Amino acid sequence: MAQADTAEAIGTTVTAPQKIPVTLTVNGARVELAIAPWTTLLDALRDRLDLTGTKKGCDHGQCGACTVLVDGRRINSCLTLAVMKEGAEVTTVEGLATDGTLHPLQQAFIDHDAFQCGYCTSGQICSAAGLIAEGKAKTADEIRELMSGNICRCGAYPNSVAAIQQAMERS
Amino acid sequence: MNPFHYTRASDVSDAIRQIAADPAAKFIAGGTNLIDLMKYDVEHPARLIDISHLPLRSVEETSGGGLRIGALVPNSDLAYHPLIEQRYPLIASAILSGASQQLRNMASTGGNLVQRTRCFYFYDAVTPCNKRQPGSGCSAISGINRINAILGTSEACIATHPSDLCVALAALEAIVHVVGPAGARAIAFSNFHRLPGNTPQRDTNLEPNEIITAIELPPKGFRANYSYLKIRDRLSYAFALVSVAAALELDGDTIREARLAVGGVAHKPWRVAAAEAALRGQRADAGAFAQAADLVLRGAKGYGHNNFKIGLARRAIVRTLSQAARGTPQSQSVKKIR
Repeated sequence: MAQADTAEAIGTTVTAPQKIPVTLTVNGARVELAIAPWTTLLDALRDRLDLTGTKKGCDHGQCGACTVLVDGRRINSCLTLAVMKEGAEVTTVEGLATDGTLHPLQQAFIDHDAFQCGYCTSGQICSAAGLIAEGKAKTADEIRELMSGNICRCGAYPNSVAAIQQAMERS
Repeated sequence: MNPFHYTRASDVSDAIRQIAADPAAKFIAGGTNLIDLMKYDVEHPARLIDISHLPLRSVEETSGGGLRIGALVPNSDLAYHPLIEQRYPLIASAILSGASQQLRNMASTGGNLVQRTRCFYFYDAVTPCNKRQPGSGCSAISGINRINAILGTSEACIATHPSDLCVALAALEAIVHVVGPAGARAIAFSNFHRLPGNTPQRDTNLEPNEIITAIELPPKGFRANYSYLKIRDRLSYAFALVSVAAALELDGDTIREARLAVGGVAHKPWRVAAAEAALRGQRADAGAFAQAADLVLRGAKGYGHNNFKIGLARRAIVRTLSQAARGTPQSQSVKKIR
């Protein structure tokens, strides 16, 4: 499929957008998309699947607002091409709650008032879910370091560290 | 980002065939640097060849007692691999000092080696830059050069290589295994990255039609006496102003072998054989470390904003060697420098 253009003469320029079929499992549901190869996973989630919980902050992998889980690992969806994730399982902030009950991290962020404007929050929560799954952070210093890829412009860091500690204790 | 064709490579031979057939193509693995550069219109490949699914993800012990790391092992997996943690903690420490966990989950070991400079002018596509557009001039030499190089520079380029992992790999004398149309070859780490000279557009001695398949670590991991110290403008998630990888083999207080590589100061991890030789046989003390630092920094030159790096590097080298000698490596989560 992706090699449909190989008969094309080498050295010619790209003439028309070429859409490629991609199958993903997003928050447990199988979705099939035909997308241009230069579509990031972030744009596919927001613009094609209407999952706008994942935010576009810097769009350069520097702020972490776009963090989602791919096959259980946290990544920056802004630096990921959707076509490269064929067959992957993607979890966004919309997929964390189960049966109407908030994910322990979502509840902890509310309990600890761990945000002001909220723009970074879905990235913070997805990143923290990845952090807990990794199991490498034990102390507050280690949480801070391993959450350093998520910038909070409002500076809610002390509360988000406390929220993550609460969720870690209860998970 | 420019429109481009996208194909997947089915195996290493297919990847080489595809890149040989299309000189305007680039390989993509983790994509953390390439996609970013495409968004800034610094890179605009006509085709991306996806190598991320190739079977280059294993970490295996070599018959000689070393370790062979597949080029596609993600940075985070490598940092937390039991054999790396136990035998090569310098590698783990260097990796964990860099980027964020999200990026480390994406970035590949091989890709780390070929990431491009973070020089502001390389990224700013409307300014002259010999690395981005050969012959256009260097904006950094007389510009905002706080982050730029103090060693091995040329009139054409004062960019630095941004990797932390590579500084540790240089100190441990890793070997880069590559495959191209002519077959496989091994490149000594010291000969992998280049100095800018008159061709700053070439970062490495990897040919455009070659692919990195593995990084090999020699048996010596210096696990008892090592440290990686990274100095930057904020405590986490920033590129190094200066970083130091130090590894010692001690006999009591006497240094039997020393390895020292400095990051953030040159177009490649900076190693000086004379400095390491001068440490051998010496007592592991501040005097010997200062002498080694002077040898590493011989010929260092500032360009205005980055003059501070010379003194900073000198002190960082002494401190990192002291940490290594004490057996108290710099923590990458507790930021206090002792």
